[in-house]
Amino acid sequence: MADVTPIKTPAEQALANAYTGARDRLPGKGAVAALREDAFRAFEARGLPHRRVEEWKYTDLRTLMRDLYPLAAPPDAAAKARTKEAGNVLAGVGCRRLVFVAGVFVPELSDLAAEAGVSIGSMAEALAKGDALVAAHVGKTFATDDVAVALNTALMGDGAVIRIASGTQVARPIHLIFAAGSDRPSAIFMRSLIVVEKGARVTIVDDHDSGGSQENAALELVVGDEAEVDYVKLTRTNALHVASLMATVGARARFNSFAFTRDGKLVRNQNFIRFAGEHTESGIRGVSLLRGDDHVDTTLLIDHAKGHCVSREQFRTVLDDESHGVFQGKIVVEPHAQKTDAKMMTRSLLLTDRAEADNKPELEIFADDVVCGHGATAGALDPGLKFYLMSRGISEPEAEALLIQAFIGETVEEIAHEGIRTAVMNAAIEWLGRREW
Amino acid sequence: MPAVQETVEQVRRIDVDQYKYGFETNIESEKAPKGLSEDTVRFISAKKNEPEWMLNWRLEAYRRWLTMREPSWARVSYPKIDYQDIYYYAAPKAFTAPKSLDEVDPEILKTYEKLGIPLKEQEILAGVRKQGEPSQLDDDEMTGGEARGRVAVDAVFDSVSVATTFKAELKKAGVIFMPISEAIREHPELVKKYLGSVVPTSDNFFATLNSAVFSDGSFVYVPEGVRCPMELSTYFRINEKNTGQFERTLIIADKGAYVSYLEGCTAPMRDENQLHAAVVELVALDDAEIKYSTVQNWYPGDAEGKGGIFNFVTKRGDCRGARSKISWTQVETGSAITWKYPSCILRGDSSRGEFYSIAISNGRQQVDSGTKMIHLGKNTTSRIISKGISAGKSNNTYRGLVTAHRKATGARNFTNCDSLLIGDQCGAHTVPYIEAKNSSAVFEHEATTSKISEDMLFYCQSRGMSAEEATALVVNGFVKDVLQQLPMEFAVEAQKLISISLEGSVG
Repeated sequence: MADVTPIKTPAEQALANAYTGARDRLPGKGAVAALREDAFRAFEARGLPHRRVEEWKYTDLRTLMRDLYPLAAPPDAAAKARTKEAGNVLAGVGCRRLVFVAGVFVPELSDLAAEAGVSIGSMAEALAKGDALVAAHVGKTFATDDVAVALNTALMGDGAVIRIASGTQVARPIHLIFAAGSDRPSAIFMRSLIVVEKGARVTIVDDHDSGGSQENAALELVVGDEAEVDYVKLTRTNALHVASLMATVGARARFNSFAFTRDGKLVRNQNFIRFAGEHTESGIRGVSLLRGDDHVDTTLLIDHAKGHCVSREQFRTVLDDESHGVFQGKIVVEPHAQKTDAKMMTRSLLLTDRAEADNKPELEIFADDVVCGHGATAGALDPGLKFYLMSRGISEPEAEALLIQAFIGETVEEIAHEGIRTAVMNAAIEWLGRREW
Repeated sequence: MPAVQETVEQVRRIDVDQYKYGFETNIESEKAPKGLSEDTVRFISAKKNEPEWMLNWRLEAYRRWLTMREPSWARVSYPKIDYQDIYYYAAPKAFTAPKSLDEVDPEILKTYEKLGIPLKEQEILAGVRKQGEPSQLDDDEMTGGEARGRVAVDAVFDSVSVATTFKAELKKAGVIFMPISEAIREHPELVKKYLGSVVPTSDNFFATLNSAVFSDGSFVYVPEGVRCPMELSTYFRINEKNTGQFERTLIIADKGAYVSYLEGCTAPMRDENQLHAAVVELVALDDAEIKYSTVQNWYPGDAEGKGGIFNFVTKRGDCRGARSKISWTQVETGSAITWKYPSCILRGDSSRGEFYSIAISNGRQQVDSGTKMIHLGKNTTSRIISKGISAGKSNNTYRGLVTAHRKATGARNFTNCDSLLIGDQCGAHTVPYIEAKNSSAVFEHEATTSKISEDMLFYCQSRGMSAEEATALVVNGFVKDVLQQLPMEFAVEAQKLISISLEGSVG
């Protein structure tokens, strides 16, 4: 089929202008500049994803993204001051805080206490000086032709570079706090890299509150053989947040992720995860709470490249008002990835008749000795259960809140770290408390 | 256990018999000039003695088709089709609508005899029972005593319908069952009212092409309150080289009517690919029920993927009236490529849609099939049971859409799609789209993919079955839910087909 060249939308034109304008200022020369250039060409050729691009069927970015805000300026003292409250969801959990304001690492707000086997740095610096770890991994963790990733690669500024050395057991969770800081809407492109070496163990919280800014964040995660990684992503935005997780997981490793989104005006969380070694166990989970005209899209591509791995995908979405929830989960089992055991479950709870839940769980299987399954449900709260609670004197809002808590609780419970688990549940209860009756 | 005995027999039989319908009938035929143009459309319309309005309808579709692009989103790959290299019309030479069977070319009669399709009214399908002999499976209340076990057949040979049986008897009951080309002439008011009302001419690339060049197919009208006294069926046969088959089926069940319709298809073995782009439209009014069953066994191509039919079909049912019901049952074993989604539009309140499917792919076959359940009315329900079996180097995709409109309060869907893989070079894929826009809609979807359990095979083998027998038994168990939905005569045929298409896949 001959491709038609569509007219560029204002946002697409602005993105192209932003790149050409900032090209010389962006960190990294030589190979990094070439990587940016290739990624930009890929974006130029295809434009913003739209509903005819199967992976973006339900999140038509070409229509939803009307314009591009100006690229964020480095944060001034006032911006930094505005982020005092950022990340306080996990106050008292005892995490190591690493703070990024308007897309830039702020060491003075961060906890940089030395810890054996843990090295922390800024992506912008690493790109500028041609850091070997960054050169070895950035853009190489998961090959994808996704346009959001390409845009991130073209325009990536700062982010975290974290390396956990072989065998290191990191006790304190690492809390990455990404705050917009700015009072002016701006566009932020961040790229992070986390390498967890063989046998190391760490808990990471990736916490984004992009306020009124447009944020495109990408994280490349390398989980080494026998490593254990718990990854929690917290998301809220009043504008646009597109996040791409690209992960490669080694053999006999354990990788668990949990994505919690509330107050997501327009969110796309995409996960590209490859099991590159055998006998790995993994749980990919998440809860999204939507109201107003929120639009939250969770898209997974789980690639079982090697056999004998177990993966469990479990997602819950609560939809109020006119919100729109999207779940697309694709499990690929490559030829020879025998004895794969993968199960995906997605459930949507619609609280009103105006909300919309679109689910597309996919299986793509090329090996015969596997056990794979997926399930999807959509429906309202069980009136029987509600009646039971109300007949015992509990008010309707309370009864609904209890049932919703139970609905998401099953998934939240799987977060291994007790403090984080409680904090997420509290954030959910806070969201429920704001429900209007 | 009779089932086991049966399975054993089937397995024995398939040794010499892979695609037993691959023979060719040597018969002179008359064709439209090769290629597609307005003249081709006019030629077909003239051949059918169609009224002016029908020709205009076709021409409009043809002009629209020229502006459309061939879709490419399905998980199938095939060489580009040259639409100018196909004959769009082929009919046995000197063909005039025969008044009785005696006038039908004996070569054609022999063909159907070989295929096991009875065109003589004293015979019945598949030889399962003798005429009039009661079957334990027939519910006396369900079938009129006299008509028990009989099937009316419309035989479509390339582009024309060669015979339609039991026409007179059906007429007594008020049922109209005839080739669509005749219906256009004899019942223009019905055709005008319903043709294209479910699948509009502009629906998709292949449906539009069909609207322009469709040659024949069946027309069924069951009047208000009538329960069609026998099963109706159409048997499609592609015989001519380089021809496409573009049939059009239109079934209308008026208020409170019931009809069960069967469709079977085969084609000779040839090295080139042949296009089959049919359109089937079903309309069920208040309280009506249509049961549509397909056993699709087009030539699937050889082991290397050479030849075979491209089966690109648009099938859609419209539950237009309240409490109406449409049920699709399909057994897909043939075709090089199957690309179709028999769908239900649940427009009437409390209407129901059902889809039962077995899709088996072997060799280098590609299947991208499933259904769409579009819930528009209140308290509509649907059920999808899909069983995919992939063997050899084939790829088998289930793609389905379940959607509830804002006003579809109380909509309910249950979907179950299971895939079975035999061998490590095939692929099984599941792509469901579940779109809920109403909080009182309840959707449940589940899918599994696995290989035949070693334990089950071991259990069977330890009781003296061979590996092949054990596999056939397990597969039959796997697809049982769907087979039960088929009318008895077809269920037996389908079971045979399943073992035939899995031949060579074990071990």
